[in-house]
Amino acid sequence: MSETMEPDITVDSRGATCPGPLMDLIGKVKQSDPGTVIELQTSDDSSKSDVPDWLDEAGHNLLEVVDQGDYWSVYVETA
Amino acid sequence: MSEHIVIVGGGTGGTVLANRLADKLGAEIDSGDVQVTMVTDSQDHVYKPIWLYVPFGKKDPADARRPVAELVDRRVDITYDRVTGIDTDDKQLSLADGPAMAYDHLTLAMGVELVPDEVPGLKEGGHHFYGEDGATELRDAMAEFTEGHLVLSVIGVPHMCPAAPVEFVLMADDWLRKRGVRDDVEITYTYPIQRAHGIQSVADWATEEFEEKDINVQTFFNADEVDPEEKVLHSMEGKELDYDLLVGIPPHTGSELVTEAGLGDGGWVDVDKHTLEATAAEDVYAIGDVADVPTSKAGSVAHYEAGTVADRIASKVRGQVPTATYEGKTVCFIEAGMDEATFVEFAYGNEPTVRPASTPVHWAKLGYNESYWLTARGLL
Repeated sequence: MSETMEPDITVDSRGATCPGPLMDLIGKVKQSDPGTVIELQTSDDSSKSDVPDWLDEAGHNLLEVVDQGDYWSVYVETA
Repeated sequence: MSEHIVIVGGGTGGTVLANRLADKLGAEIDSGDVQVTMVTDSQDHVYKPIWLYVPFGKKDPADARRPVAELVDRRVDITYDRVTGIDTDDKQLSLADGPAMAYDHLTLAMGVELVPDEVPGLKEGGHHFYGEDGATELRDAMAEFTEGHLVLSVIGVPHMCPAAPVEFVLMADDWLRKRGVRDDVEITYTYPIQRAHGIQSVADWATEEFEEKDINVQTFFNADEVDPEEKVLHSMEGKELDYDLLVGIPPHTGSELVTEAGLGDGGWVDVDKHTLEATAAEDVYAIGDVADVPTSKAGSVAHYEAGTVADRIASKVRGQVPTATYEGKTVCFIEAGMDEATFVEFAYGNEPTVRPASTPVHWAKLGYNESYWLTARGLL
């Protein structure tokens, strides 16, 4: 899925520690229209749980988490 | 031809750096081989932790201010002006009122800005203690507040002094108890992520303190609108909170100058976290709140970073290989009421240990607030 997925916005949070990546994502979601696909790039392991937890809480959609080797791409669609 | 070291900003980072450079490079400055210039748009240096005490009537705004010129070594030139542009190719700064200023070594230490306008209704409906006006207005509101719902909402991170919102509610709880009105006041604390603070051990400690003191906590609460008429705080997660007195930690941003100069996204300077050298330009450093490093935006960070950059620049000026590095050292006192406090100390990759709060640590914090002026002078 990710090979063909073209995000509308990419948020590069690689190198940032918790809660940096989640807050970077929240900031972008705040500025985005519904239906926007955002790729969050994160090297922080805890993002794999805290980002989906927040998406559940806020009602946005987790599309996919892709292991890119030294970081993860978390694809999100805003509701 | 002398080497020109320029520091942008007269806060903790800029002032400590200026004084450390004057100390290290005194001989070179005296001989005319080195010139150190601080550019600041304010005549005053402000010690921001004082604002936390103003709403409770424990400090006056004047306690937070000293003229920059009284704190900075006389061998440092001070230019009172506003930087309007940074050209890292030609190595010069544009100034609002003066001619362009060339540099050989540049350190950016201009701090952060508050951007309450990013949240509709926040300015009209909320108070804060992250500046002189906000702190004095909150002092007056607190004095009149004897019943109802006090809500403290952390609106976005990062922000200056990450422990301060936790401190504020714990101090408010104690202050209201001492005034005999705590039973008539409900207190709620909100935080944007899934726990009460960004640092896990501080979150665990604060959550226990809040529970013990009957302070409500709402996590995953990202305030996105305030209705000042109805006195309701709305969150991105679809939650609503009625309030009678709202203390909203306003969103913070870095400097537009940084973004325009291509030095980092969102106004934060992208730096090597150990050398504090900008990744996008030569001979540019960033310290303090404007630097994008994975630790707290705290005065202690700016202080320790300034020491590292002073060492590195001094080495370069002398043709030596710089070896000093910043390992993320951060020290924060945390008030846990009106007369007890704890403190944390940590570095990159460390989780701090939060010790039980005590009165002696509270007095140590008050003592440090007084001796801070020695820190600014580069002595402590």
